[in-house]
Amino acid sequence: MSTTPAPVPSTREAVIIGGNRIPFSRAGKKYVRTSNQDMFTAALEGLVARFGLQGERLGEVVGGAVLKHSKNFNLVRESVLGSSLAPTTPAYDVQQACATGLEAAIAVTNKIKLGQIESAIAGGTDTVSDAPIVVSDRLRAALLDANHAKTTGAKVKALLQIRPKDLAPATPSTGEPRTHLSMGEHQAITTAKWGISREAQDEIAFNSHQNLARAWESGFFDDLVTPYKGLTRDDNLRADTSLEKLAKLRPVFGAKLDDAATMTAGNSTPLTDGASAVLFASREWAEERELPILAKFVDAETAAVDFVHGHEGLLMAPVAAVPRLLARQGLTLEDIDFFEIHEAFASTVLTTLAAWEDEEYCRTELGLDGAFGKVDRSRLNVNGSSLAAGHPFAATGGRIIATAAKLVSAKARETGQPARALISVCAAGGLGAVALVESV
Amino acid sequence: MTDSYLNLANGTLKPVFKKLGLPQPAILRRYRPGSPLTVGPVLVVSDDASAADADAVAKVLTGWDVDVRRSPETADGERFGAVVLVLTGAETPAAVSAPVLTVAGTLRRLAGNGRVVTVSRAVADGDAPVLAATRGGVEGLVRSLGKELRGGSTANGIQLTGDAAVDSASAVATLRFFLSAKSAYVDGQLLPVGPSDAAGPVDWEAPLAGQVAVVTGAARGIGAAIARTMARDGAKVVVIDVPPAGESLATVANEIGGVALQLDITADDAADKILAATKPLGGLDILVHNAGITRDKLLANMTADKWDPVIAVNLTAQLQINERLLAAGVEGLRIVSLASTTGLAGNRGQTNYGYTKAGVIANAAAGAPVLAATGGTTNAVAPGWIETEMTAKVPALTRTVARRMPSLGQGGLPVDIAEAISFLASGPAAGINGQTLRVCGQHMVGK
Repeated sequence: MSTTPAPVPSTREAVIIGGNRIPFSRAGKKYVRTSNQDMFTAALEGLVARFGLQGERLGEVVGGAVLKHSKNFNLVRESVLGSSLAPTTPAYDVQQACATGLEAAIAVTNKIKLGQIESAIAGGTDTVSDAPIVVSDRLRAALLDANHAKTTGAKVKALLQIRPKDLAPATPSTGEPRTHLSMGEHQAITTAKWGISREAQDEIAFNSHQNLARAWESGFFDDLVTPYKGLTRDDNLRADTSLEKLAKLRPVFGAKLDDAATMTAGNSTPLTDGASAVLFASREWAEERELPILAKFVDAETAAVDFVHGHEGLLMAPVAAVPRLLARQGLTLEDIDFFEIHEAFASTVLTTLAAWEDEEYCRTELGLDGAFGKVDRSRLNVNGSSLAAGHPFAATGGRIIATAAKLVSAKARETGQPARALISVCAAGGLGAVALVESV
Repeated sequence: MTDSYLNLANGTLKPVFKKLGLPQPAILRRYRPGSPLTVGPVLVVSDDASAADADAVAKVLTGWDVDVRRSPETADGERFGAVVLVLTGAETPAAVSAPVLTVAGTLRRLAGNGRVVTVSRAVADGDAPVLAATRGGVEGLVRSLGKELRGGSTANGIQLTGDAAVDSASAVATLRFFLSAKSAYVDGQLLPVGPSDAAGPVDWEAPLAGQVAVVTGAARGIGAAIARTMARDGAKVVVIDVPPAGESLATVANEIGGVALQLDITADDAADKILAATKPLGGLDILVHNAGITRDKLLANMTADKWDPVIAVNLTAQLQINERLLAAGVEGLRIVSLASTTGLAGNRGQTNYGYTKAGVIANAAAGAPVLAATGGTTNAVAPGWIETEMTAKVPALTRTVARRMPSLGQGGLPVDIAEAISFLASGPAAGINGQTLRVCGQHMVGK
């Protein structure tokens, strides 16, 4: 813990004004042939309309996509130029796998806290339906050789290297480059290691759908989502699912492991398309415009684990990040009113919770004196999470931040006490980003 | 929905249509910022007793750089853009004869898209029978003349109530509205105008400058047109529609530099959400209750799922919102609600809709003193047949008949409704309260 820096007291606050996303859609459905740029622009436009930001020069817009065409090298800037924001609004892209959206928020709020900018939008977008198709390495090499060749003869010779099988495109993959295992197979190993039951995973999935459905019904998303391309709600949401239905699904990950496979399409997040954006500002900027202030983005922490050598599970980095964040803020798990733990898989949430409750693990792996603590399940993903909403990789951070901000704002208004939300997002590459959001 | 007949009748086949005696609806002139108020000089005539008021009207027109004439003589081929008939002082039907016949002599020299506007006094309680007849008669004159005029020309009347002066702010604003292309689809209507302040300087290109307006049902159709028109007139607009309509709502908001509020207006906290959304813009000034739905069914086949939602959205929601806004202490609020000619005349299969629209009209009338006490107004606009996505779904034959029924021989455009609403919400229209203005091309139903 000695490496954890102390909070710098002299910076000012970065506040969350509101968020906007488009409804998330399962891959291959509503947003087929809709580009990342289209979707992120739509998310921005909804946010601009919600807060009357037309023609406004914001400090910065930061976001990204995980699956990105090379032509989208300046994706966020191009989206800004296609939006109603002032064209003088700077922008840049970031990418940290599934933590992209949250990392973008960390970046802009730090600038706000330092006084470098007054306002910003952070977000992300991802599409599997419009994913880049990559040509085979042999075809690519031949085309590059032909391009570099100086004579016609040399060009022809280069092109003659191409064989019919080289023309097949490389299948887009979410596999880890160093292990060649898919994320699901990685998580299956972690799930088995922690002995997480099928029933417990199905319960997490069931709750996610129930909670998200209730939130939609209650109008919670009326000021968080703007319909897009005729889609008015997340189409992965199954309000009518039941534990019985979930129990009938066949396992899809972990079949080759010794233990019985437990991870199904029901308790794993499906590939999804979507985009989200969150408006941040200094308190002064928001107050000057009389814009609502939902919450403040207090602090954040990132972590990484050594999954390559099998020492730790691929998606376990937040397990290490959260204790560091809370220690820095002088808080414990009991001080948190809402836990927003991204449901990459139901078992990711469960292995995270199990690790924090395990005294031995917390002592040896996290360097704590004992078990980190228990998460009150009634505070966990109370308005649903990725299992129900879907998970367009870079868009998930924005979805969670806006939901968390609204939750703490309502809770604080109701109780008159400060309310806190802890956000945790695991990511490919053994990465994890976590953040603390607090009512104002 | 394109009115192909209107296009054909104004295309190369125009002479054929004329020869066959087919209806010839005109292409209506609509408002464009910067374009002249009228299409030609304006003649002001009056009876002897109204001469002073006629002078005052002429002075107002001159102030707008209008070519004002006091005599019907014109140069060869010259056509009047409008004729204003001032009858405020007339006390007997006989006194009206001379000026009316003067107007009669000018009608063949009225330009296409011309205007005839009467300025008279409304019948008041306690008027002597002869005086009441003199004043009441103007209504029959205007309504009949509206049906006679051709070429997109219209006849409308200002009925001054109380001690309203012809050159008061509201009388002047109404005169300008009736003369202008903003009233393109208003025909055969008499608008009672009450007392208001003396006319002051008005930026007629931006009459809503500095105002914050809320428009419900603004994602498309008439609501979107109202939002665009109010923004054009200088207002900051909060556009509201149900969450599923959010995509087009955001597009409208971004187009006009407004704010999009996804909101079900029947929700209990709708008024609070409206207040919260308008606060950053400087507070609520204008509220347009445009949101409305139809669930057509003969009453014999009516069910609760067809009746109740129509009442909830079209009527109860606005009653509740108005009540809560007033309870919250909102002052000077200018409310305009969408009524319908169905609310005046009824329509087969629309008992539910008709109930709500007649209710809107009654609510505007009854709410007038309540709003007046806080410095505000409440009025309604009753559209006739308007070309929208909604009416495009009406069967073709019904649609064709509906289009040819009005004196103007065509359906109106959403912007025609929007212009009337923006006018009623504008500062100078403060003397118009509790009224329902028809924008129907003088549709042949109801009063």
